[in-house]
Amino acid sequence: MSEAALIGLFVATVQFGTLVFLAALGELIAERAGVLNLGVEGMMAMGAVSGFMVGLETGSPWAAFFAAAAVGALVGGLHALVSVVLGADQVVSGLALTIGGLGLAAYVGRNVVGERPETLFTDLGIAGLADIPWIGEIFFDQPPVVYLTVLLGLAVWFVLARTRLGLAVRAAGESAPTTDTAGHSVMALRSGAVMVGGAFAGAAGSFLSLYMAPGWVEGMVAGRGWIAVALVIFGAWRPGRLALGALLFGFTLALQPRLQSFDIELLGVEVNRISPALLGILPFVLTVAVLVIISWRYRHRPSPAPAALGLPYRREER
Amino acid sequence: MASSDADHAVWLRGIEKRFPGVIACAGADLRVRPGTIHALLGENGAGKTTMVNVLAGVYRPDGGEVWVNGERRFFQSPADAIAAGVGMVYQEFRLVPTLTVAENIVLGSAPRLLRSAEIEERVAELSAAYGMAADPTRPVWQLSMGERQRVEILKALWRNASVLVMDEPTAVLTPGEAAELGAALRAMADDGRSIIYISHKLDQVVAFCDEATVLRQGKTVATVDDLQDVDLTSLAEMMVGSTEGGYVERPPAMEAGPEVLSLQGVSALNDRGLPALTDINMTVHSHEIVGIVGVSGNGQKELAEVINGLRRPTQGQVKVKQQDVTDASPGDRYLLGLAYVPEDRLGVGLAPKMSVVDNSIVRSYRLQRRGLMLVMAKCVEFCQGLVERFGVRTGRLNDPIAGLSGGNLQRLLLGRELAEQPAVLVAAQPTRGLDVQGVAAIQSHLVAQRAEGVGVLLISEDLDELLALSDRLLVMYEGRVVSELAPDVTPRSVIGEAMAGQVRA
Repeated sequence: MSEAALIGLFVATVQFGTLVFLAALGELIAERAGVLNLGVEGMMAMGAVSGFMVGLETGSPWAAFFAAAAVGALVGGLHALVSVVLGADQVVSGLALTIGGLGLAAYVGRNVVGERPETLFTDLGIAGLADIPWIGEIFFDQPPVVYLTVLLGLAVWFVLARTRLGLAVRAAGESAPTTDTAGHSVMALRSGAVMVGGAFAGAAGSFLSLYMAPGWVEGMVAGRGWIAVALVIFGAWRPGRLALGALLFGFTLALQPRLQSFDIELLGVEVNRISPALLGILPFVLTVAVLVIISWRYRHRPSPAPAALGLPYRREER
Repeated sequence: MASSDADHAVWLRGIEKRFPGVIACAGADLRVRPGTIHALLGENGAGKTTMVNVLAGVYRPDGGEVWVNGERRFFQSPADAIAAGVGMVYQEFRLVPTLTVAENIVLGSAPRLLRSAEIEERVAELSAAYGMAADPTRPVWQLSMGERQRVEILKALWRNASVLVMDEPTAVLTPGEAAELGAALRAMADDGRSIIYISHKLDQVVAFCDEATVLRQGKTVATVDDLQDVDLTSLAEMMVGSTEGGYVERPPAMEAGPEVLSLQGVSALNDRGLPALTDINMTVHSHEIVGIVGVSGNGQKELAEVINGLRRPTQGQVKVKQQDVTDASPGDRYLLGLAYVPEDRLGVGLAPKMSVVDNSIVRSYRLQRRGLMLVMAKCVEFCQGLVERFGVRTGRLNDPIAGLSGGNLQRLLLGRELAEQPAVLVAAQPTRGLDVQGVAAIQSHLVAQRAEGVGVLLISEDLDELLALSDRLLVMYEGRVVSELAPDVTPRSVIGEAMAGQVRA
């Protein structure tokens, strides 16, 4: 295997990692507020198609990126309306969002299949650092969305851990009555979290259609939304661990299409004979393993999962 | 009105509140003077909790007026009530277990940016000022119930509440903690704050409070301006509306039959992995009621769970009717003749969203089936039988059981457990939170079961109940049985000392 191929693998790892990290970060915000949103896959598809179409229209990748975020927030708002305001079952609403979002994206994008926007995100060679061998290419010559996502990760961590708003969001995810009687609006906190989460997922979708696989075809999200949902659990609902998990999951995603070209032996197995499909289930296997570890390690203290996750809240119920 | 509105810290006037199928408040009044501790009394379902929830902005009243510190208020949310100076300490604490003491206290009124060290320091100052020790850096799930309550009070003080509402504050406290609470509340009242104190424990009400309002069936039936002028009996009469309401007659002594339940050298851990039971030895015989006395949290819950197979002992043996059941499942123990009325009725004992019928057959469904199928007619008939025999007041049998009142839930649960003539009945807090009629009904069933030969293990926090019903008393302290006492000859002071761990040689 050549050096270039190996560097290519790690460059792709960072990009796939960014894709699932951005989407998972949005899901983490929603889940920390107590709302499970299984609609990430659908929100990403809507973001991918709407971002691509705005990109075609305006020629500006940034306009496309933020339009995709806005569409994601709107679609997330639908989930908030159904499950937070009206108190419907979050699992049902989220699954409906995935199925409906995928279908709607296919419909909206039916006339732009195969087109290419004039301007896409370009790699941002950071002066001085991009020329470092290996490291430079992998970390300092990436599209701007990668760096924006890192900043968003830091921002989410800071807001959750160090601000009044973050304290209220965390409390809403642990105990809605407590948060309500402390004087915060649970409905506003949760709806807001779900919409911000939707914006992140939508933006992630546009990163896919405007950079990683420029263009729009039905089914292009290809399960990455579900990987993002799994990643939140794998990261034990903590932004820092989420970032580490994103690199690991990103690595498996980057490795999948390249597996066949690896002419090496690992533990007596020729790597290029392993099925890429098998590699595709690795994130989910790892997630289940982490779930088991969590429930064992936390048997005598509260689990890291938000205690009120999935539970609707109505004030005057007795 | 002799006095002006401004004389009242709180004035709830003609409050009405309806829930589906229930009228919780039907024009109730409550007036509290500044700087006093005001008791709000009444039986379960009298409307006490609804009244204070209206004051706290949790419920919006269907009728009536809310005045706080001389101003008419229209609370849309708890935030409005907090802003008006109302602080509420709920019976089920409103704390986030995973957050620290300091984070819980500042939740809802935190500065925009949290600087943990600074907040923790300010919380420590506040807790020192009121003599309520609480380590601000500890997560709440590690705290005892008494400590959690202090955090709740500090939360109200942090927001500078002028009115503090305490709903059943001493239910979870040891006698020592309760006395400390009384002193802390007095200090706050002397500070000019008003305290509304909801409790069933009349002796504490008389000891802690200045004035009282009594509710019955959603209406104010009496007000007492000075609690020093009244005695306990007349307060109790005001609550229930008649003088009856004591405990069931002490059953005549019976000769105990064969041993039906025994524990030999049983030890077990609690949910946190710490020792909860240490070397427990006890036996229960047919025709006797054995009472477990102790301040809550001394291993009673774990004891009931170990006996019923919900918790695995680390050592020792459990026997039902002389047979070793230490490794048997709860279901097998039931089939052998062990019945269980758990402390948590609507969670462990009954499934809230399942119907009355379904809940009544979950133990004995073997009897109502043909082949693999349940025969619905038999199920309904069985349920109907329980409802009639145990006097359960219920709506439609196919409605969710959560709609029943506490007393009726307990009647059905007890009926279900007794349906197959068990040899042993473990009853944990069977009368807690029930109204007078419910208490009497449950107690007379326990006594009747004893007469029929059942061995009853009665775990209760109500000393009067234990003294009235038990043939023998076992005192639990820190996971051990520290002494065995005869209820009719032992002075209360001796029992009290044993409960506090001071056993006389």
